[in-house]
Amino acid sequence: MKWDEFFVTGDPMIYGADVSIVLTMVGILFYLTKYKKWKWLWDEWLTTVDHKKLGIMYIVSAVLMLFRGGVDALLMRTQLAVPEAKFLDSQHYNEIFTTHGTIMIIFMAMPFLIGLINVVVPLQIGARDVAYPYLNAVSFWTFFIGAMLFNISFVIGGSPSAGWTSYMPLASNELSPGPGQNYYLLGLQIAGIGTLLTGINFLVTILKMRAPGMTLFRMPMFTWSSLVTMVIIIFAFPILTVALALMTFDRLFGSHFFTLQGAGMDMLWANLFWLWGHPEVYIVILPAFGMFSEIISTFSRKTLFGYKAMIWSMLLIAGYSFLVWVHHFFTMGSGALVNSVFSITTMAIGIPTGVKIFNWLFTMYRGKIQFTTPMLWSLGFIVNFVIGGVTGVMLAMAAADYQYHNTYFLVSHFHYVLIAGTVFACFAGLIYWYPKMFGYKLNERIGKWVFWVFTIGFNVCFFPQYFLGLDGMPRRVYTYSEESGWGPLNMVSTIGGFMMGIAFLILVYNMYYSFRYAKRETTGDAWDGRTLEWSTPTAMPPFYNFAKIPEVTGLDHFWRQKQAGKVEKLKAEDIKPIHMPSNSGVPFIMASFFFVAGFGMVFDWMWMAIAGIIGVFGTLFYRSFEYDDGYYVSVEEVIETEKISK
Amino acid sequence: MAHAETHDPNTPLEYRSETGRLNILGFWIFLGAEIALFATLFATYMVLEHRIADGPSPGELFEVKSLLIQTFLLLTSSFTCGLAVHEMRRQNVKGLITWMAITLGLGLGFLYFEIEEFLHFIHEGANIGTSAAWSGFFVLVGTHGAHVTFGIFWVTMVLIQVAKRGLTPATSAKVFITSLYWHFLDVVWIFIFTAVYLMGMVTHNG
Amino acid sequence: MRRFKPFFTFGLLMAVFMLSGCSDMIVLDPKGPVGAEQRDLIMYSIWFMLFILIVVYALTAFIVYKYRDRKNHKGYDPDNEGSHLLETIWWIVPIIIVIALAIPTVKSIYSLEGPPEKSKDQKPLVIHATSVNWKWVFSYPEQDIETVNYLHIPEDRPVLFKLTSADSMASFWVPQLGGQKYAMAGMETELYLQADEQGTYEGRNSNFTGEGFTNHTFDVMAMSDAEFEKWASETKADAPELSKGQYDKLMLPGHVKEMTFSSTHLDWVDHATNAEYALDARDRLGYEEKLPHSRAAKEEKKKREEEMKKLEESESESHGDSHAH
Repeated sequence: MKWDEFFVTGDPMIYGADVSIVLTMVGILFYLTKYKKWKWLWDEWLTTVDHKKLGIMYIVSAVLMLFRGGVDALLMRTQLAVPEAKFLDSQHYNEIFTTHGTIMIIFMAMPFLIGLINVVVPLQIGARDVAYPYLNAVSFWTFFIGAMLFNISFVIGGSPSAGWTSYMPLASNELSPGPGQNYYLLGLQIAGIGTLLTGINFLVTILKMRAPGMTLFRMPMFTWSSLVTMVIIIFAFPILTVALALMTFDRLFGSHFFTLQGAGMDMLWANLFWLWGHPEVYIVILPAFGMFSEIISTFSRKTLFGYKAMIWSMLLIAGYSFLVWVHHFFTMGSGALVNSVFSITTMAIGIPTGVKIFNWLFTMYRGKIQFTTPMLWSLGFIVNFVIGGVTGVMLAMAAADYQYHNTYFLVSHFHYVLIAGTVFACFAGLIYWYPKMFGYKLNERIGKWVFWVFTIGFNVCFFPQYFLGLDGMPRRVYTYSEESGWGPLNMVSTIGGFMMGIAFLILVYNMYYSFRYAKRETTGDAWDGRTLEWSTPTAMPPFYNFAKIPEVTGLDHFWRQKQAGKVEKLKAEDIKPIHMPSNSGVPFIMASFFFVAGFGMVFDWMWMAIAGIIGVFGTLFYRSFEYDDGYYVSVEEVIETEKISK
Repeated sequence: MAHAETHDPNTPLEYRSETGRLNILGFWIFLGAEIALFATLFATYMVLEHRIADGPSPGELFEVKSLLIQTFLLLTSSFTCGLAVHEMRRQNVKGLITWMAITLGLGLGFLYFEIEEFLHFIHEGANIGTSAAWSGFFVLVGTHGAHVTFGIFWVTMVLIQVAKRGLTPATSAKVFITSLYWHFLDVVWIFIFTAVYLMGMVTHNG
Repeated sequence: MRRFKPFFTFGLLMAVFMLSGCSDMIVLDPKGPVGAEQRDLIMYSIWFMLFILIVVYALTAFIVYKYRDRKNHKGYDPDNEGSHLLETIWWIVPIIIVIALAIPTVKSIYSLEGPPEKSKDQKPLVIHATSVNWKWVFSYPEQDIETVNYLHIPEDRPVLFKLTSADSMASFWVPQLGGQKYAMAGMETELYLQADEQGTYEGRNSNFTGEGFTNHTFDVMAMSDAEFEKWASETKADAPELSKGQYDKLMLPGHVKEMTFSSTHLDWVDHATNAEYALDARDRLGYEEKLPHSRAAKEEKKKREEEMKKLEESESESHGDSHAH
């Protein structure tokens, strides 16, 4: 491979990115060295197995990825603002929409939600950590390394350009040569390992680590949604693992699963991809539903309406999620019967989803609604998500889908569900649990600006796209002609896109502003909450979460205790030594070996790939021989931390 | 934790620590994910089985003798693995190690015949790049073989730990988990035996 | 509720904008029975969706307004946690709506598999449409002629497209005539379309196929039966024959201008049964894909852009007689 093929050259934007990456790296290294932060970084973060810290790292990575994916989006919107624009060329545009889609789903939405799940779920169920804290660190670092591997593609070797769906045979060696597509395969594969482990970890955590008295039907709705999500992950992610592996074999080892030669079958890729891909959509929406349930209930000062119906509808949605994948390619000609069956199953998903919407509305009914920013995002969710929902039902009607498929109608629909659903939830959840993570709230006034600018920008950006779709504008075109008449609406859409970009910047500013000026919380109950995470005496729970594991007597246990004026005070004699897991650097090192292996495979340098894989197994076996039973936190230390007078 | 717990004397050792119980449950769930993984590979093979391009069909090259030897070795190894866990329950470290060693030997034998079979197919002009059907075959059966290989390394590691530390709640949970893994591979093989080999040969000869 | 006003005003504006814009959008302005059936189904569903939106928005506005936290707040009931009656209603109503949508959908799915109802007794014109990066090859087996990047069809007669692809998965779509279907290598899919009005309609591949995807388009000209027959017989008589060598060159990725031949490639290859043909042709011509970021690729791209420019120029020059070919 020649140097001009290794480094991406010839584009001023890429050079700019190169320079800024190098400068940032140097800046970080300088800061860490100057302020002697290396040991702090290693002890407190790189080796941590604390679910709260891992959660924060997930969220920080996700916000960075939101920035990256957002820049991609704005580059696309700039190119499409006017007809026949010359801002990006076709290849560059194709790479950008591919990375935008992949990053937003895999490296933004998933880690954002998993991050919040990490922070919140153990606290909500009254546990001191997850079932496998060490494995949790492995999950995070494999995700992180997968994301980094995918992200360096735009400066080294070139990004994938076959779309986030990577349909074969377009993504084959013959039609998409070079390392780009390999980055997609390896980046997702490595991150996928982490996701699967998270699935197992949190399923066991929720099943086995709940505080005494918390039966399944006393769990908070966010925990329920996490439980269902983990089950979907466990059955969906292995399908992705296989699909990616098969394509990797096609590209690196000459097999013929999906290729044009050797009687390969391109339709098989589409089927496998969406067999994972559709459940994936529910993996990123169900936790969002859970968060809105918590937030709407908290700020309506009212118990959730139809708690059991919420759970059953969620289980129904989870089951359906594996029965609808064909609707992603009604136009493949599978025949009238197949299309009819999948049309009906898809529309049927609308039923439990509709039930949830009404349950949220009636949670507010006879409530006392407070318009805090998390609540605004939740209301914005209901109003906007419904638009995504009804257009989803329209798309489910196969005969009509022949006209919507591959157009901006579809693009608009999935942004209405993914942004109004998942992204709104990420923002709402971040703001809601911010005091739990950092000990202070984000500024509410600035937060409301973020909400309005973002929500209005979002509608300005995506609502016109329904009409562009009905006017025949296909997705993924890098430009269009003057005569098509698509210019004005595209310009509107671009303006909306930039408004969302501005809202993101205000959000980041709010983080800075609140860090500097926000009033620090003095109790653990920043919002007058209902669930156990708010019952810790300090704003940020100590590393062992609960000095004494709470005993739960019903749904919304903490809220009911407060209502009855019977919040238990921690007494010194109740405290026993607390068992906690030790930190470990092995997950980080293992993930680094994954990076070496992945990078080697991307460039087809087998010596490097094998070295990396040996390293991975080496760390695995090292861990097997490590007998570390953790340590005990002494009663004195707990008393000191909890500031209890004896 | 482990020290503070009191147990019914009938509770197996591997269930006597919190970690042991959690790990065993987690591993069962992991096997659920493995089922999804192998199911996908099976489905792939079923779809591609008849797409043989210009190459031979898998059923044409399968040989009964090698297949029966492999099946015999792996099924027996599952049985001896069960005996090993039985010995573990009786607190018999020596019996455990002996039966596990036999299990590993049978596993190695299985691998030997599998690799020999693969080489034979390649010699007959059927490799991973011959056709979609053969790609499906090699990746499905190869994934199982890779699992067996990993299992051999893993069991060896665990046995070393048992030899060094004796039977504790921690080591016995590890032995129990590896035995679950080993039985699972046996079950997968039964499906490969039926769905790939038997069906392949029946279609070819019938 | 003052703070929600802009939101609803905005929504209302959008709705007005949507309804007024309907007739201008090509999917809702079909020129044949297939497209018309789909338009009817779309409009039918839109009314349901607007109904759902209105119900949800009205309910949201009412509840949010009435139960906002304020002085003299009335009706607060923190333990109100469900109602069998209400919950039964919102399980049943969506089920009814889904049934109401499913029936016409399934009917349409089945009817679109065959030729349009009103022209069932006519023999459809068969055209093989083959996608190859980034052009469309159309073969008329009965007329024994072939065109590239444009189609002539008779009006008021069903056309049966037999779709396939030489390489990437493409999707054959003429929005004003009706919905799309995939064209895949080693596969044949069928799509019935029909034009009821004469005119030129834009057709394209709508499924992403890489660098040249945006310009992977063609024109469809619908004309009277007599005109069509005249064009077909003239083409058969006057146009050059398609040689294997020439066809191989079409297999290279890139754009070409409209072309016309008096024989079809079906004489020696059907991509529906031979998925490897295009790659073999590229081998025969010594073509190699370049890494997208290499110098070689950039040079090739420049060459392609120049070709494209020349194509556009030549097409705009011959615009006046483009229908003659």
